Amino acid sequence: MRHLLDTRTLSRADAMRILDVAEDMADTQRREVKKLPTLRGKTVVNLFFEDSTRTRISFEAAAKRLSADVINFAAKGSSVSKGESLQDTAQTLQAMGADAVVIRHGASGAPRTLATSGWITAGVVNAGDGTHEHPTQALLDAFTMRKRLYGDDSRGRDLDGFRVAIVGDILHSRVARSNVWLLHTLGADVTLVAPPTLIPQDVSGWPVTIRYDLDEAIAAEPDALMMLRIQLERMNAAYFPTEREYSRRWGLDPARLAALPDGSIVLHPGPMNRGLEISADAADSPRSTVLEQVTNGVSVRMATLYLLLAGEREPQQTTATEEAR
Amino acid sequence: MSARTVLHEADIARALTRISHEILESNRGPDDLVLLGIPTRGVPLAQRIGALIAQFAGTTVPVGALDVTMYRDDLHRNPTRTPHPTEIPAGGIDGKVVVLVDDVLFSGRSIRAALDALQDIGRPAAVRLATLVDRGHRELPIRPDFVGKNLPSARDERVNVRLAEIDDLDEVTIES
Repeated sequence: MRHLLDTRTLSRADAMRILDVAEDMADTQRREVKKLPTLRGKTVVNLFFEDSTRTRISFEAAAKRLSADVINFAAKGSSVSKGESLQDTAQTLQAMGADAVVIRHGASGAPRTLATSGWITAGVVNAGDGTHEHPTQALLDAFTMRKRLYGDDSRGRDLDGFRVAIVGDILHSRVARSNVWLLHTLGADVTLVAPPTLIPQDVSGWPVTIRYDLDEAIAAEPDALMMLRIQLERMNAAYFPTEREYSRRWGLDPARLAALPDGSIVLHPGPMNRGLEISADAADSPRSTVLEQVTNGVSVRMATLYLLLAGEREPQQTTATEEAR
Repeated sequence: MSARTVLHEADIARALTRISHEILESNRGPDDLVLLGIPTRGVPLAQRIGALIAQFAGTTVPVGALDVTMYRDDLHRNPTRTPHPTEIPAGGIDGKVVVLVDDVLFSGRSIRAALDALQDIGRPAAVRLATLVDRGHRELPIRPDFVGKNLPSARDERVNVRLAEIDDLDEVTIES
């Protein structure tokens, strides 16, 4: 693997490899000494053009546990705020000897541009681009589901027949998009649940079922319910009348939590708006995997960095073959 | 390319029996022993030795697996290796006598990596090394304590260990 840009083009074999290596990484994180010497001498740059705390520190923890050096580059207060282009920023990082660039950018497709432009030879990991994808989040969600389902026996298993309902702001959610493609690749059945205004205009090409009613979705007995954050900063164009109404119709309140079938789990990518899309009862219930997702995020990102950086570097691919893959 | 078989099924069984007796003898019994196989083929070898020791000493000894992939010094020279699970027995390794079990001892670099990996897991009282085949050409000051067969070989020859658990038959061949 040279880059991790999206889950739409991620093959089943590569996805399974990341999840299985993440199992080994998770094992090492239970030890007294959590640090591995594997990426000693490698440099990982966290290039964050959008605010993020948890994703950035998760990548930082992952790189440090593998003994890589980490450089954090936040666009605020950097040369980018003076008008530097992505190309110049990238070439600066290249000149500093970055081996991997973890990029979060407000523009969909920025990581692919970085990976295929020829500006840098480093491996590129997409840590969220616009409303496009956030592949490591989907991988850690899948890892979490598999772990709850199979426990220590997770290696080599996919999510065949597993029913997942993704609830909330699908329209703006890169987490939802990455999950749709990855979960489909792994054999799960995905249902999207949202007000009609928060479903993208054309989802005919997506391997999903659409529902507009959360109670109906819960009655269909999903194995996992993924509650998305209502991104209040993007809610300027009245997608629903009031937060209160959204919460009443699409929020996971205690009554809906109680209606979930036995054994089903509740995921949330965080940060949570308690009382809006998810009630405190749901967030703190034993069904909730929120904290496991954070822990698993480090393991999945360690696996990604390992697979990108540890081996012999594959030759740089041109844009054409990158697309063909 | 010609391959010749240097150990047959019965030879391997005899070698493992002898190694098991030697481990018990040098440790003065089965107390505090922990056997850790190095993936891939060290793991079934450790399990076989564990079963033999249990048979000879009348008590089971903990057997596990120690993956050394993340500690190798040649990762960047090869295509990305997929790690294997590490399984440390419930009692841990602190204060125990750990016997590392590998199929072929060659440069000694895997064992160097294994010693580093052990250090991150705990502090054994002693670490010993058992190998089915020692083919020479050491690049580090590492030597085995228990050897199934010393097999003088040229550096460019290949020594293949096949075990029933993985390869459906027991044999050791040398290819040149």
